[in-house]
Amino acid sequence: MRDFSYLRATSTDAARQAAALPGAMLLAGGTTLIDLAKCGVAEPDTLVDITHLKGLDRIAVDERGATIGALARMGHVADHADIKSRFPAISEALWQAASAQIRNMATIGGNLMQRTRCPYFRDPANFAACNKRVSGSGCSAIGGVTRGHAVLGTSEACIAMYPGDLATALVAFDATVHLGERKLLVDDFFLLPGTTPDREHAIEPGEMITAIAIPGSAAARRSTYLKIRDRQSYEFAAASAAVGIEFEADGRTIRDLRVALGGVATKPWRVRAVEDALKGKVLEPETVRAASLLAVEGAVDHGANHYKIELAPRVVARAILKLGETA
Amino acid sequence: MTKIPVHLDINGRHHELQIEPRVTLLDALRERLGLTGTKKGCDHGQCGACTVHIDGERVLACLTLAAQAEGRAITTIEGLAREGELHPVQAAFLERDAFQCGYCTPGQIMSAVACIREGHAGSDEEIREYMAGNLCRCGAYPHIVAAVRQAAQEFAS
Repeated sequence: MRDFSYLRATSTDAARQAAALPGAMLLAGGTTLIDLAKCGVAEPDTLVDITHLKGLDRIAVDERGATIGALARMGHVADHADIKSRFPAISEALWQAASAQIRNMATIGGNLMQRTRCPYFRDPANFAACNKRVSGSGCSAIGGVTRGHAVLGTSEACIAMYPGDLATALVAFDATVHLGERKLLVDDFFLLPGTTPDREHAIEPGEMITAIAIPGSAAARRSTYLKIRDRQSYEFAAASAAVGIEFEADGRTIRDLRVALGGVATKPWRVRAVEDALKGKVLEPETVRAASLLAVEGAVDHGANHYKIELAPRVVARAILKLGETA
Repeated sequence: MTKIPVHLDINGRHHELQIEPRVTLLDALRERLGLTGTKKGCDHGQCGACTVHIDGERVLACLTLAAQAEGRAITTIEGLAREGELHPVQAAFLERDAFQCGYCTPGQIMSAVACIREGHAGSDEEIREYMAGNLCRCGAYPHIVAAVRQAAQEFAS
């Protein structure tokens, strides 16, 4: 790991200013950044440590929704009683992510800045070509080993999969990210790779995530996060779904539905086609399975990741039907 | 790069170091302070061998900069036993034969102590889930689960 200078921020403003300087980066839990610095992917000149800032780790929940400070840690949010009762999909996405140790370190703000696990991205010593690391250098994944790569939202420049669980649940429930005064939908915070895969987030130099806000809703209250993976725990998703549902008074007709996919796309992937196809319908296994196929409309595989196109709709259908059973 | 002064509170003892900012807590413990009980496995946050407690919570020393840990209370495996008496989790690991080569064991034990304290050791299934961040390449998992369950029951009674 290349050396850097270390600065401990004493205020949010000071942190923003220091991190706006060339070569400077914000350091929170460090679970992505220190790892990538060891890989030679991140090469900061200065790290601005924000973990000693006070008051940015608050979790506030009421009927209108939840506001979670950027420095709240994943494990604390996952175990928060009101998050568990009002936003089960958020809690489940968090406790099924990473390990207990990493969840104690990793912050909610840092979680949104998590980078892809594409092995070519993580290995600059052996793979010089990576458009995410060096714009215009090419893509080593295309034509390489692609089992973990995305099938949705890809471009000719990049097929790296977005690996996070939390953000998948956040986009399902219209959460916003607060960059100080500026507020953005989490869905708009994450960018498609297009021709500029090196730019992943709609965050500008001098900006810092201060909080996320999740509106309360009946669908968020009756929600779940279903994660399917190669091993049962401590693994990224092969495919996952964040789903929330609200029924009409009859308990069978779907009034509101939220569906987002993880583990299969280049960013957290809201699938409104599935939601629209099922709203107003009675929850029946055949109807749900047919509509869930819309989740992977437009999917493109690169050989070894073809299974994700078959798997993702099944995960969506199973998650929706599971919520129906608890009616 | 210029070295910086870092003050660390480890197992109740105060240490003052002059280190490069890039030095992780793991390297500071092992290479500077001779506290080699904390192990270096993958050095990328994937194996859990370097698990220590900071302010009572389990974290990975390999992804924590030593400078970040300043002002926090750090506990390593060396700080677990009290007055020559093994910590109940250490005793349970011995009793249940919860290791083979032993390399992952300090991390397993530090993780288990926190797992029980968090209230995440209520069933074998929950123990497996909340101990998943600690890999054991010898595959001693069934005995590790048994040791954690036994220690959790001792704490509960």
